[in-house]
Amino acid sequence: MSHTIQDQRPARAPKSVAPSRLTRGGLPRWAPAGIAVVSIALGCGIGAAFGLQSKIQWGLISALLFVTITYVASAVVENRRQAKDRVATSVVWVCFVLAVIPLLSLIWTTVSRGMNALDGDFLSHSMNGITSFEKGGGVYHALLGTIEQVALATAIAAPVGLLTAVYLVEYGRGSLAKAVTFFVDVMTGIPSIVAGLFILTTWNLMLGFGPSGFAGSMALSILMMPVVVRSTEEMLKLVPNELREAALALGVPKWRMILKVVLPTAIGGIATGVTLAVARIAGETAPIMLLVFGTQLINGNPFEGAQSSLPLYIWEQYKVGSEASYDRAWAAALVLIAFVMILNLVARGIARWKAPKTGR
Amino acid sequence: MASTTPTPLDTAPPVTTSAGSTGRAGDKIFAGLSKGSGILLLVIMASIAVFLTYRATLALSKNEGNFLTTFDWNASANPPVFGIAVLLFGTVVSSIIAMVIAVPIAVGIALFISHYAPRKLAAPLAYVVDLLAAVPSIIYGIWGALFLVPYLGGLNLWLDEYMGWTYVFDKTQVGVARSLFTVGILLAIMILPIVTSVSREVFLQVPRMNEEAALALGATRWEVIRMSVLPFGRSGVISASMLGLGRALGETMAVATVLSPSFLISGHILNPGGGTFAQNIAAKFDEANEFGRDALIASGLVLFLLTLLVNGAARMIIARRKEYSGANA
Amino acid sequence: MAKRIDVSGLSAFYGNHKAIDDISMTVEPRSVTAFIGPSGCGKSTFLRTLNRMHEVTPGGRVEGKVLLDDENLYGPGVDPVAVRRTVGMVFQRPNPFPTMSIFDNVAAGLRLNGNFKKSQLSDIVERSLQGANLWNEVKDRLNKPGSGLSGGQQQRLCIARAIAVEPQVLLMDEPCSALDPISTLAIEDLIGELKERFTIVIVTHNMQQAARVSDRTAFFNLAAVGQPGKLVEIDDTDRIFSNPSVQATEDYISGRFG
Repeated sequence: MSHTIQDQRPARAPKSVAPSRLTRGGLPRWAPAGIAVVSIALGCGIGAAFGLQSKIQWGLISALLFVTITYVASAVVENRRQAKDRVATSVVWVCFVLAVIPLLSLIWTTVSRGMNALDGDFLSHSMNGITSFEKGGGVYHALLGTIEQVALATAIAAPVGLLTAVYLVEYGRGSLAKAVTFFVDVMTGIPSIVAGLFILTTWNLMLGFGPSGFAGSMALSILMMPVVVRSTEEMLKLVPNELREAALALGVPKWRMILKVVLPTAIGGIATGVTLAVARIAGETAPIMLLVFGTQLINGNPFEGAQSSLPLYIWEQYKVGSEASYDRAWAAALVLIAFVMILNLVARGIARWKAPKTGR
Repeated sequence: MASTTPTPLDTAPPVTTSAGSTGRAGDKIFAGLSKGSGILLLVIMASIAVFLTYRATLALSKNEGNFLTTFDWNASANPPVFGIAVLLFGTVVSSIIAMVIAVPIAVGIALFISHYAPRKLAAPLAYVVDLLAAVPSIIYGIWGALFLVPYLGGLNLWLDEYMGWTYVFDKTQVGVARSLFTVGILLAIMILPIVTSVSREVFLQVPRMNEEAALALGATRWEVIRMSVLPFGRSGVISASMLGLGRALGETMAVATVLSPSFLISGHILNPGGGTFAQNIAAKFDEANEFGRDALIASGLVLFLLTLLVNGAARMIIARRKEYSGANA
Repeated sequence: MAKRIDVSGLSAFYGNHKAIDDISMTVEPRSVTAFIGPSGCGKSTFLRTLNRMHEVTPGGRVEGKVLLDDENLYGPGVDPVAVRRTVGMVFQRPNPFPTMSIFDNVAAGLRLNGNFKKSQLSDIVERSLQGANLWNEVKDRLNKPGSGLSGGQQQRLCIARAIAVEPQVLLMDEPCSALDPISTLAIEDLIGELKERFTIVIVTHNMQQAARVSDRTAFFNLAAVGQPGKLVEIDDTDRIFSNPSVQATEDYISGRFG
């Protein structure tokens, strides 16, 4: 299109890249949607024609067609740069759809299958006297175990994590602070099963204690500490220095300044961080499997004897492999997801509720 | 602590009033407590390394096989024979598959949320991604085993038929798709939310004026992303990937549910079989005697070192990025 | 290489908020037109409507016509990317691409089109840097990062980057407000040279600067905070600064303005 006006270009700038017209032949606005519909139809057609069983293949073929048709159409009607831009756009959309499908399917499967066994009885009964292949039974003992273990873990990890963060932000200088910062980062990456093995070697093998909820809590607290330190540190750094100086200028000792000024200002963010950390450890299975052992009975004492927990319960029921136990596993998964999601929503709630205070 | 002393605050600090002295003592206690917590963290890290190493040496001293090259795990037998070759291979291969699939897609979704999605859609999407990052791995595990495995059967056959010549995708054994490849895909789905979430944060931090500079030169949206967004976000994406890699390496339950383990190393990743460190510990722990546990602890130590390596690398990249952006400030 | 801009009935919005209301004016080719006015009067917004950068801001929307010679920038089928190629822009704060070298920064716009030989590219880069009075200062370190330059040099680098693609019009949004007096002087001299080749529109808070560099000056004002900004008058710079036809202009220029 552009060469029709070539001769109008000033002679002294033959290399000018300025386009001589501002308009371009463009694909209509509905083109991406249209191309998407066509490629999905074609993808399904090809899939059906060649007898491909897996819907995943149908989807992949459609996605591929979508990107290719977009490029060709745009390259023909528009230009190569536009075509590249459109391909990038379509690839980004395809990425999004590709990722959303399995994640939605995960949520959908959990909810729909979980509803099979989930009822009041399921939440209020243990597995006492229920054989693996029978229907019925419940998750009460596991829920109780999870709550107790997570609460204990939080009771250990939250103060330690909080104080460490205070140390790093308010006191920490020199090589010790650097070492702590570094190892907090490294600790974030410890696989949960390694934390479990560590407590196993010390608490169980060396000190000779049996499996208990508390042993699990200790492993969970190792996983939780770095997360708490990290988020608290971020929040404390957001507290403006003027506030600290203002308090110190009034002659308040530093520790009271921290307790009365810094921590209250950041408390919303800290609570959010701790809640999110709780949500993370609530779903940990591996250390619980090594340390808490699992039981079918209600054991309300986390310091004595085996307990159960939601993730461990799911794993046990999955391993049994009967129809009834699969139903129980999904129902427990639904309970666990709900538990984690509620914690997440609570965290957001705290963040939003406290936000005006920490904001400007 | 909570009750305020009646002494007015404006008395000069050097004057040793009762409030001043409790203040100083309080300062010492509080500073000591917080420093102590920091040291406690270091002690925990050190003791993890020390105790795991100690138990591991107990196991290694009696191992009749070669710890690095033996393709077997009979630690509870007499004499014990075990080696980590298969586990190392499986862990690395499944994590690489996960990274190859997850990182590009995660970058795509992050860009989608930060630069492509309609604004009304972007915020809730980001929120959903954050929620998905919190879904426990055991749930990914049972979903993978009961839902994904049957669905991947067709894809596996298809890959075998058309890509079989690549050796890697040659499926020589019949059986359901409980393979390292499936594990890799499941791990990819699992780490997708976290990698997306961190990458999105980084993309949103790209200074607006950098993007406008590209726009004002007449760049298309993709060119803006290539000129301004990706160069700025590159190191952030790398550290996000490392975070994801760390998770994939240490993942236990999602692998344990999906994989049908065997002690063979095979380049045919579609064949069922193989194993990973974490999965092997979970699978062998119940029937292990005390010595068997020590052997599992030894393999856990290797996993620990592996994740340490990855995290150290991630930290170095982040540190370099800080220097880099400092130079440009 | 320079084109006339004809604006008629132009209003710009941020979401539901109207930022500028019903502006019409003509900008002559190969001249410098300065926009002055109090903060928030919409002069920068108006400038950004001239190369369709306004719509990049979330919620940004424009009504009205902007004719570049005879073509309406907001006509159907107009590609904003092509518009921005034709109408270059320099921003308030220097914004070289932080990850690119000086050379790559200048070549960035050219590379978007792709088909340049290495020698052509270095020719244009040299010419553009000379045009921006920066060549002598950077010719020995073209491969160093552009972010290592001083603020004034960075701003001239951005000007070089903008003129490298030979635009018809050059928009400058308070190009000197982040710079020291010496760098400001250098940029002002440069503007005087560039107007031989380009149509230049400059937004400035500094009235002396407007008086020094521009041929024509437009005064923008707003009735009250929250109200849309309006064009009060546009005239030859000499007239605006000596004998403006509107009282508000005189008040603003003589500093009698609230």
